[in-house]
Amino acid sequence: MSTQYSVIGTRPVRHDGADKVTGRAIYGADFQMAGLLHGVILRSPHAHARILSIDTSKAKAYPGVQAVVTADDFPEAPDKMVDLGEGETPLSHIRGNVLAKGKALYRGHAVAAVAAASLHDAEEAVKLIDVQYEVLPCALTAPDAMKDGAPILHESMRTKELGQKTDRVSNVAEHFRHVLGDIGAGFAEAEAVVEREFNTSTVHQGYIEPHAATALWNNDGRVLVWCSTQGSFVVRDATACVLDIPVSQVKVTPTEIGGGFGGKIPVYLEPVAAILSKQTGRPVKIVMTRRDVFEGTGPTPGCYMKVKIGARKDGTITAAQAYLAFEAGAYPGAMVGPAGMTVFAAYDIPNVTIDGYDVVVNKPSTAAYRAPGAPNAAFATETLIDELAEKLGMDPIDFRLKNAAKEGTRRADGPKFRKIGCVEVLQAMKAHPHYSAPLGGPNRGRGVAIGFWFNVGLQSSCTIAVNTDGHVNLVEGSTDIGGTRTSIAMQAAEVLGIPVEQVQPVVEDTDAVGYTAVTGGSRTTFATGWAAYEAAQDVVRQMKERAAKLWAIEPAAVQAERGVFSSNGHSITFKDLATKLATTGGPVVGRATVNPRGVGGSFAGCIADVEVDPETGKTTVLRFTSVQDAGRAIHPSYVEGQMQGGSVQGIGWALNEEYWMNPQGTMVNSSLLDYRMPTALDLPMIETKIVEVPNPGHPFGVRGVGEANIVPPLAGLANAIYHAIGVRMNRLPMNPPAILQALWDKK
Amino acid sequence: MPGKVHIHTLINNQPTDFLCEPRQSLLECLRDTLNLTGTKEGCNDGNCGACTVLMDGRPVTSCLVLGVEAQDAAITTIEGVAKGNTLHPLQQSFLENAALQCGICTPGFILAAKALLDQEPDPSEERIRFYLANNLCRCTGYDKIIRAVQDAAARMREEARA
Amino acid sequence: MKWFDYAAPKTMAEATGLLAGGGSAHLLAGGTDLIVQLRTGRKLADVVVDVKKIPELNEIRLNSGGLTLGASVPCYRIYGDKDVRRAYPALAEVANLIGGTQIQGRASIGGNLCNAAPSADAIPLLIAMSARCRVAGPGGTREIAVEDFCVAPGKNCLAPGELLVSISIPAPKPGSGAHYLRFIPRNEMDIAVAGVGAWVEMSNGTIRSARVALASVAPTPLFVREAGEFLAGREANEDNLRQAGEMARVLAKPITDMRGPAEYRRQLCAVLTRRALEAAVAQAKGTN
Repeated sequence: MSTQYSVIGTRPVRHDGADKVTGRAIYGADFQMAGLLHGVILRSPHAHARILSIDTSKAKAYPGVQAVVTADDFPEAPDKMVDLGEGETPLSHIRGNVLAKGKALYRGHAVAAVAAASLHDAEEAVKLIDVQYEVLPCALTAPDAMKDGAPILHESMRTKELGQKTDRVSNVAEHFRHVLGDIGAGFAEAEAVVEREFNTSTVHQGYIEPHAATALWNNDGRVLVWCSTQGSFVVRDATACVLDIPVSQVKVTPTEIGGGFGGKIPVYLEPVAAILSKQTGRPVKIVMTRRDVFEGTGPTPGCYMKVKIGARKDGTITAAQAYLAFEAGAYPGAMVGPAGMTVFAAYDIPNVTIDGYDVVVNKPSTAAYRAPGAPNAAFATETLIDELAEKLGMDPIDFRLKNAAKEGTRRADGPKFRKIGCVEVLQAMKAHPHYSAPLGGPNRGRGVAIGFWFNVGLQSSCTIAVNTDGHVNLVEGSTDIGGTRTSIAMQAAEVLGIPVEQVQPVVEDTDAVGYTAVTGGSRTTFATGWAAYEAAQDVVRQMKERAAKLWAIEPAAVQAERGVFSSNGHSITFKDLATKLATTGGPVVGRATVNPRGVGGSFAGCIADVEVDPETGKTTVLRFTSVQDAGRAIHPSYVEGQMQGGSVQGIGWALNEEYWMNPQGTMVNSSLLDYRMPTALDLPMIETKIVEVPNPGHPFGVRGVGEANIVPPLAGLANAIYHAIGVRMNRLPMNPPAILQALWDKK
Repeated sequence: MPGKVHIHTLINNQPTDFLCEPRQSLLECLRDTLNLTGTKEGCNDGNCGACTVLMDGRPVTSCLVLGVEAQDAAITTIEGVAKGNTLHPLQQSFLENAALQCGICTPGFILAAKALLDQEPDPSEERIRFYLANNLCRCTGYDKIIRAVQDAAARMREEARA
Repeated sequence: MKWFDYAAPKTMAEATGLLAGGGSAHLLAGGTDLIVQLRTGRKLADVVVDVKKIPELNEIRLNSGGLTLGASVPCYRIYGDKDVRRAYPALAEVANLIGGTQIQGRASIGGNLCNAAPSADAIPLLIAMSARCRVAGPGGTREIAVEDFCVAPGKNCLAPGELLVSISIPAPKPGSGAHYLRFIPRNEMDIAVAGVGAWVEMSNGTIRSARVALASVAPTPLFVREAGEFLAGREANEDNLRQAGEMARVLAKPITDMRGPAEYRRQLCAVLTRRALEAAVAQAKGTN
């Protein structure tokens, strides 16, 4: 491939790198402004409580306090459905999550906020806000919240049943069902059937940078926001909605972002900072504490699942059934939808039924987390696939290969796959030296698993301006969480035929660039990269016109190849032509917008070796290999980085991470000490194998690689643990006490 | 309420004076008073390492140091690691090894790794992992960070020989 | 955080004067516990007294009588001291275990003791090694065995106006060995789910005397005197060490919390006691 491309597939230093290794890059909390006030949010100490009254008088009287606000300070706009790029949501839910109105629905739910010149004064003043609560019983898990008589979170919510509105008041926001073939007939045909129940705990995205936002309600009436976000336009639109003002009245400038993984898509702070600024006439910055992040921002759902799979003796899977009940947290939207779409997506199964339940519970409103819903679902499916392979006496990769989804396979939720790399990923796993390496000791085991995630398209905009020295400025709107400035610039450089160092990518504010959806859904290198590709094509087209003008020929007669324009003996480099723009018609600016849909997703797999201490239940990951189809790896180092990072988040989720809730709904371990994300000392090197099955839906064949890599490790480790010590783990996390308990239960 | 305290320090080899309240952490003083925002806050309780600075050559989490304790101390922050326009070998190595994704943990990692390599020029992988365990990264899975430190160590040994 | 004053006395007299000055005074050594407690409101201070500039609290003194460790000596100085590392390898290891690198740049063994967390890593080892605390107060100084220092979770036996000056550990006896072993789900940066400090003195393959103490399985670090008494005079074989572990299992008083269920912690007591004793025995034999 390297012979075909000169930039794509290389590993240049990222454009924002120097700023990020010298401390100059400005992240959310780094933003400074003269006259800045500090905002602090008061959060509910109860998981479920009616707010009877809020008395802010003592807080207002505290020295240094400039303003105190509650939900009553938001405009009384009527409820409506709003689409912030991820489907329709009631405005009341977005607004209610920003500041609770009437009821607090989870411990940590924002209730009021204070602005003061000193952060310490704001912290002290917020404690003086007197909120009277009527504490209500809480429901903390999907099964509990679904029981008759469970405490109801939203009295006005009606259950949607198989696409129909009903009159039923319950915590189930929606029950959906996907059906393919005849599940009864499929299981009747099966000669081996496995069925198990699974539970997973609530886990957090765990980005190291807490949420931070600064807002200034300017004297011209515009609301200016500087914040760390995955999507500046989402913040703009959501802030405008909550404040009931037009979107163009809000300008959002994204700072650098210290990790997101889906968790920095929702708005939490921006509208609050804005109303505090409106009341004080000064810019207000709010930065969350780590505890705020755990208690007040989107974790990913815990869930209950019951899954059943049947196969014939020859290894053909004949039927699969899933019951998925996912915790949405305080507001509907549990990511059970994508769980339903992905639970069996890796396999070509003729008879499938999938039931999904979106259940509200008294926990923080869940947010996307790297392939949201898919890791939970794959934990169930891939554990059962391993069990079934063992029952049938087949190699677990061969069993998967026999049933692997391919181009034309129909998923139970409807769509047929276009060209995908499931088989190629499995073949690469089988061929990897890791798969055949000896384990070398007792209590060791090897597990494999695979997983699928989409590659959403969505809208992106890009402009490219040509400078007189032959460099170009690339303006885009995708906040850069992991090197996407460079992976996008590389696609433009490839088209323009110039080194990527001559492309200067810049992420601009919402006034300066066309609408661009979030950095999420594995879409940025794919879709914004595509916009850059198109904008670069636009530049090339215009540059051909300039060359044609120089040579007094038709533009169509000009060829462009690797940065050289030529025609009939004429030849000029991109760089030289760039010096002649002023005399050939003025500046050249290329532009493009894209909105791709229905494009190919990515498959990933893992091979994991573990050793389990049978006396303590502790699992050590000895070796780990991640395999993923990147379609076309634009910047292989950053593709590997995504695979390694996703794998390790999966390892943390599998082994130790969980919201440890007490019966009152308080997360007891809301610190980075007790919420145990992996440290450097908990891991081996993470080996990677990039598979490239080009995506026919992208000019360079790119598949988004941000997410699918977190899907396999949960089951991969569960399978490895089984092969090490002979117990099937069906509950996450598989922490030392859980493993030891499973060993005791087996005896 | 008593007044602020006058603190004299050496920050990045520059004699630096600032005023602080006793309750303010060194992290706050660096970021909010001195505008040295390269030092990051991730947890404010010593468990993520993003706020790591060197205090008299030792890595500390600056969220767990009071600003008043910096009196007469020599502090190195990420802003003081490069020599003029020349990046430190660790900074260069982090760039070339793609050892950062979001970059928020990077300053803390570079300072902790610098403290390690300043005293141990050739640490093993295990030793690097142990020494850096007080620094959390959620993006990279640590692989490329460890490689970048190994690579920087090799460069620094090379430089020392030259 | 609420406002507090800061003082950095240079002498013991100044320090005890500040403590006796009325109001709530808290001592600051490494600050890795205190600053978090002040920030979260678990402790309130009118004045924070930084004791790191008092010579007695900042010295490491090693002589034929044993080791005197100033209460505010940070962990890195302990494992960074070649002589200490040679004479008290288990102590150096535990200093290298508390928190991570950055925490060890600040945190002290004295602070670990005064914070009186049931999970404190240093305390079981100090108990096992028969360490004693030197305490100064308005009425002069007194000595307390480490096992008597902690009285409840987060509470030590210091009277108002008293402060911990130093910890002294007897000179290592010939044929003795010590080891601390903790269990954490991660490999670093974690709080012990259970921990065991063990010390043995060997003579011709037989245990002459032994001491065992546990972390994280009782309201305070727990001295399991019975396990040591059982081992005294017995062979250091697997059966006997296992038996001592079973005694730890029974005598532990763990609770179920986010760090682990009680039954699981009992299991860890048994396993870790046996393993820590094995390591201590191996060290003792090595020094024979």
